Amino acid sequence: MAEITLTKKDFTSDQEVRWCPGCGDYSILATMQAFLPELGVPREKIVFISGIGCSSRFPYYLETFGMHSIHGRAPAIASGLTISRPDLTVFVITGDGDALSIGGNHFIHALRRNVDLKIMLFNNRIYGLTKGQYSPTSEAGKITKSTPVGSLDTPFNPVSLGLGAEATFIARTIDSDRKHLTGVLQAATKHKGSALIEIYQNCPIFNDGAFDTIKDGNSREGALLHLIHGEPIKSTTHAVVRKDDGDLEMRPLSEINEVDIVVHDAHRVDPTYAFALSRLHQ
Amino acid sequence: MSKTIVSMDQVTIRFAGDSGDGMQLTGDRFTSDTAILGNDLATLPNYPAEIRAPTGTLPGVSSFQLHFADHHIQTAGDAPDVLVAMNPAALKANMRDMPRGSTIIVNKDEFSARNLTKVGYETNPLEDGSLESYKVHGIALTSMTVGALAHLPLSRKEAERAKNMFALGMLSWMYHRPTEATEKFLTAKFSKVPDILEANLVAYRAGWNYGETTEEFSVSYEIAPAPQVKGKYRNMSGNLALAYGLIAGAHCAKLPLFLGSYPITPASDILHELSKQKKFGVITFQAEDEIAAVGAAIGASYGGAMGITSTSGPGVALKSEAIGLAVMLELPLIIVDVQRGGPSTGLPTKTEQSDLLQVMFGRNGESPLPVLAASTPTDCFDMAMEAVRIATAYRTPVFLLSDGYIANGSQPWRIPEVDSLPDLHVDFAKTQENFQPYARDPQTLARPWAIPGTPGLEHRIGGIEKANLTGDISYEPANHDFMVRTRAAKVAGIDVPDLVVDDPDGAEVLILGWGSTYGPVRAAIDVLREGGAKVAQAHIKYINPFPKNLGEVLSKYPKVILPEMNLGQLAMLIRSEYLKDIISFNQVRGLPFSTTELVEATLEVLNG
Ligand code: SF4
Repeated sequence: MAEITLTKKDFTSDQEVRWCPGCGDYSILATMQAFLPELGVPREKIVFISGIGCSSRFPYYLETFGMHSIHGRAPAIASGLTISRPDLTVFVITGDGDALSIGGNHFIHALRRNVDLKIMLFNNRIYGLTKGQYSPTSEAGKITKSTPVGSLDTPFNPVSLGLGAEATFIARTIDSDRKHLTGVLQAATKHKGSALIEIYQNCPIFNDGAFDTIKDGNSREGALLHLIHGEPIKSTTHAVVRKDDGDLEMRPLSEINEVDIVVHDAHRVDPTYAFALSRLHQ
Repeated sequence: MSKTIVSMDQVTIRFAGDSGDGMQLTGDRFTSDTAILGNDLATLPNYPAEIRAPTGTLPGVSSFQLHFADHHIQTAGDAPDVLVAMNPAALKANMRDMPRGSTIIVNKDEFSARNLTKVGYETNPLEDGSLESYKVHGIALTSMTVGALAHLPLSRKEAERAKNMFALGMLSWMYHRPTEATEKFLTAKFSKVPDILEANLVAYRAGWNYGETTEEFSVSYEIAPAPQVKGKYRNMSGNLALAYGLIAGAHCAKLPLFLGSYPITPASDILHELSKQKKFGVITFQAEDEIAAVGAAIGASYGGAMGITSTSGPGVALKSEAIGLAVMLELPLIIVDVQRGGPSTGLPTKTEQSDLLQVMFGRNGESPLPVLAASTPTDCFDMAMEAVRIATAYRTPVFLLSDGYIANGSQPWRIPEVDSLPDLHVDFAKTQENFQPYARDPQTLARPWAIPGTPGLEHRIGGIEKANLTGDISYEPANHDFMVRTRAAKVAGIDVPDLVVDDPDGAEVLILGWGSTYGPVRAAIDVLREGGAKVAQAHIKYINPFPKNLGEVLSKYPKVILPEMNLGQLAMLIRSEYLKDIISFNQVRGLPFSTTELVEATLEVLNG
């Protein structure tokens, strides 16, 4: 029996939220609290399991069941829960360090097993809780406390990684776009199996402005490609076309014909197309 | 030809051969047939860590020792009465354990110049007189097997492979073992490959017939069934008993059983066995690593299942952080540690008791949890049930220790009546106003087990210190001090049975054992008492908390001997807890204690 009368307030716990002012986590939390009533699942059947990091405080602020576990292991704990309790809706809350560094192994195996988990990866491309070291998604050359002359490592692209791990649902969204994030949550919770939701999340303290190009009013609409099933993939200035070798590329709208724009197919089983999409920004 | 039948009260046989010769299977079959006959028995498999070391070499030798008797026995026997050696390597590797006068049956076909050189025999021991003081039977096992199978469409190699069944048949004749069960077993095992099935059956029967007709053996032996409590018996290894105990425990607690595990020697058989038991509501999850295995078990317990993870020492090391989380969450969890030789990879297929301090203390912070240790293969069943009782009643992770010796060793097990099993049911928290996830039961100090899906109990838990009662995050100094002490008090207060002391003569010396030393200690006690020595015996199965009367027991005996397959880990715990000096007797050779060693060590104390 769905409790349709629940409101955002019913999903807000009595705990004081303790992220830094301006942290992108606030808007993700607000979106989630607003989304849960419309999910139609009673509060007691929803579980949030997190690892360690700023984002992993998330479960404390939701009036559902929740576990703030240990670093990197949330997908493993959540797998045991969802396998033995298929009646529950289980979310994993994780960050780029938690999911892709210390918990990388659990992350890829959770995806390939395709058990019913919704993995929300808050990607701020930095270690926040330990006060500013580079993370596995930090761009190469990043200068941080632990990389005074710039990091040497090639970063992970979480979407590419997820595809390589045989994920059956992947979306990328951003903390500040409540509407898009809500749409992604709707689609992910409808999906039966593991879903990876990468959320670009700004950390104003240690990596401010990491996603400004796609947030800034002037650049945003040019830089953002909205992926909508059955519609051509384009921004206000650019579009995606197929090259002669079959690869995808972004070209200025002025240089191409409208008919050549790739039409998005969200359900394609073969992951090569999705992989090519995941590489576009690079 | 009429043959003499001699009655014996006990025999120890060791089957030894190349890893590829099927000695474990041969030993297993002989053991099962022996259990059916009703002898008491104990076994000791010994095999290399390599799956197939080079053929015919010493490192490739695998063996299986079985001790069976018409009376109650405790161990697989110190020294074999009979060695079956399938090749020169098996002979060489095992000769040092063979007492003079014992019987040695060898496959003489394998004693070629090349095979002899491979293991460093300069001359053929079957011919050079070096085995003069033994009863040696050189049998052409390979060629007789191949001969018996000549009518089947098999390559020579395939035919040779059935020689272990020839040997089994021969020994089964010699010791009057029933054959139906083995024939049934083979039929089931090879039902899809009729030629191989036929080969094994024919070789098995040919071996039996050979024993019956050959002049090589003029005597066969009878060992009468041992008197035992009425009931239905079967042969049981420790790992199997442990798996069954977990199933029975979860059943008695009315909980689904969830096992998260990662393959590791010598614990994998628990995963294998539980994987077959979906019909009992068992879910098994082969995780990506040891950490995920325990993590998934914690997740399952959180959801209201009996979460279990099975592993060995190196796996415990990897799981420590997650076990600490379970201590903090105060959820039921069982961690089965089938100990093996360490440190690091150590001796994966050999036994040791050296994880005790790791499981007691190998976590960050004050992280107490109960530790249980099974004493014999069949005791693994009872202790697994105890682990379920304690984990669920006290909402705590529990360590259950076994080791390679009892995990792979076996003994007859009386199948219990299901009605005789205890009720282990505990209640989940029910819907209520102002629910407090860290309010405690005044008796057990357990917090409520509040599973997702219960309306009104929505709450958050985690690894950060909890405020008493509410379970909210708390960095309060006084609260932390209180919670640390409360978790310790909860474990210290766990109800465990008193230590039972066996001391008919008012002894001054107590032999204390724990875990798998039970059999060897018991056997030594019998020998010592037969020789007129006064010794008391007690066996610790609950290491944390210790039985309440342990201090009192220790104070009664001026001398306490504690044999351990480590360098004195339990002795260290007992000394620090009771300020009682302990005479340690330690060995870390990857093998159980022999009765003789324990007898000698005790006599030294008695006379010293
Ligand atoms: S450090 Fe960064 S990510 Fe962490 S709470 Fe502060 S702003 Fe948010």
